[in-house]
Amino acid sequence: MTQTLRKARREAGFPSSLRWLGMALLRALIVILCVTTAVFFLIRIVPGDPAKMILGEYATDESIAALRHTLGLDLSLWEQFVRFVRTLFTQGDTGHSIVSDVSVRQLISDRAPVTLLLIAMAAVLAVFVSLILAVAAATNKDKLIDHLIRIFPAITLGMPVFWVGLLLILLFGVRLHWFPVGGVREGWAGMLYSLTLPAITVAFSQIPTLVRSLRAQMLEVLESDFVVTLRAAAIPRRVILFKHVLRNSALPTLMLLGVNLSYMIGGTLVVEQVFGIKGIGSLLFTSISSRDFPVIQGIALYCAVAVVVIGLLVEIFAWWLDPRTKEKR
Amino acid sequence: MKTERMLTTPEIGTDPVLPPGTRGPRGWSRIRRIPALMAGGVMLLLLILLAVFIPWISPFDPTAQDLSSFLQPPSAEHWLGTDQLGRDLFTRLIYAARTDLGIMVLAEIIPFCSGIAIGLLAGYYGGWVNTIVSLVTDTFIAFPFYLIVIIVAFASGAGAKGIYITFVLVGWIVFARVSRGLAASLREQEWIASAQTLGLPGWRILLRHLLPNILPQAVVVLMTDMVGVLVAIVTLGYLGIGIAPPTPDWGTMIADGQSFMTTAWWLSAVPGFAVVYTGIALSLLGDGLADLWRRKS
Repeated sequence: MTQTLRKARREAGFPSSLRWLGMALLRALIVILCVTTAVFFLIRIVPGDPAKMILGEYATDESIAALRHTLGLDLSLWEQFVRFVRTLFTQGDTGHSIVSDVSVRQLISDRAPVTLLLIAMAAVLAVFVSLILAVAAATNKDKLIDHLIRIFPAITLGMPVFWVGLLLILLFGVRLHWFPVGGVREGWAGMLYSLTLPAITVAFSQIPTLVRSLRAQMLEVLESDFVVTLRAAAIPRRVILFKHVLRNSALPTLMLLGVNLSYMIGGTLVVEQVFGIKGIGSLLFTSISSRDFPVIQGIALYCAVAVVVIGLLVEIFAWWLDPRTKEKR
Repeated sequence: MKTERMLTTPEIGTDPVLPPGTRGPRGWSRIRRIPALMAGGVMLLLLILLAVFIPWISPFDPTAQDLSSFLQPPSAEHWLGTDQLGRDLFTRLIYAARTDLGIMVLAEIIPFCSGIAIGLLAGYYGGWVNTIVSLVTDTFIAFPFYLIVIIVAFASGAGAKGIYITFVLVGWIVFARVSRGLAASLREQEWIASAQTLGLPGWRILLRHLLPNILPQAVVVLMTDMVGVLVAIVTLGYLGIGIAPPTPDWGTMIADGQSFMTTAWWLSAVPGFAVVYTGIALSLLGDGLADLWRRKS
């Protein structure tokens, strides 16, 4: 690119590549700091004393005072915050579990693999099915199949994800015996096999939004000038679809998946509970019933940081892939 | 101005409110022409009527147990059968609609108002207000929705109170995002600039000029968001940190029925269908309203 053009771009308000990268990183860093603060205040904004909640209504004053001391709740808010941030940055941790005295980081990293595998399987499945449905809808615009695919989101919007899981268990587990009713089997193959139904459940909740945006995206590409030109050049429809339209829709799908990741993690936590999977979700619920605040804080923190970091990576990846941004470098 | 409006695709909320008399067909005849609006409205009305008149429709008490007739299949007496404690499933289903729809509407009032107010201020004034609001929304969005709902609902105590606190804290973000975007784009329009030149005070521009143009879009968003809130209420009930038994609630009903999946699958399936039914009604209503207001402008 010539010097003058670059200057014109800069004056028109286009950020340079390094500047863009710096801004994106800075923004993510600030959000992570805010997330940390939010996690710290999470158990403090709600009414009631955490120590009293942990010990229940029949606790003595001494035991409450003792627990308040262990949790550091007897310190001033500022001292508590400094302590929280210090353990977080020196040990990457939110403390020790009240119940088992194991470090929160250890507990989470023990449970994380199953949950991550489940999320990955669901993401792959969701993208695959959405692409097929979106292609079917976009290439048959305003025909029956398009209408059916467009009604789909309105119906699935109100489907609780746990209920979909239960119905799938009923159909494929209880009735047809194709898949296990719950739990996770040993070994890689066993894991993949027993996580199939949960992954379908999580993917099911993502597909409607993905299809809706993908369909719109594809229609835009299909009706754009360059596709019209390709058609005029008598290039086969299949080639246009797979080589040009799909390639142009890949990036928006990736971006959308990055945005939806947060919903997918939330859905996964609930789905784990339905299928009896011992992942982060079940850790969250056992910690909730035993009122294990440091673990709850840790899960919230790690999930939120993961969402921010993956969101940033997707943004950078999309920016790196998009040829239009290459000009700016 | 006229040609300009014809060239750009009309979107609801981006045009100034037209004086009365220039809106084409008005009222009922306009509503009747939009099938989505009619269907959604009728579906929702039916459910509301059932929920209001259920004490006269059903002879059963939603919480009274009758262990002599538990887990009965659907019959003429018990339209949808009975649950594990011998309670009539249909009666509980409709009483649960009272609980869940009531909480759904109440839980959305404060977030709807505060979200629009925050979004309007951030979008119209921009600057540091906008920076802070976008930072706060980014922070909230980083937390998986169900994670934050579960934690806050648990920490603020199970039951309806916990649900209200949860949505006051997290529910406003959707509305703030929508109205911020609209307010920021409206701010650039000529008629807002002329209102500013006329020396109208900021609050007057916000309330009399921006708010009426943002409200339609916000109501459309409200419809889909209510579906999300309903599903969240039901999910919390299912997980045991929402509405406490014996108050009928679709979520706890699904959870209770789970143990009887092999023998009486409908115990879990039917309450789920009630949620799906409500979801379809609300999203049809939302689509229809969007259509209605799009045609108007």
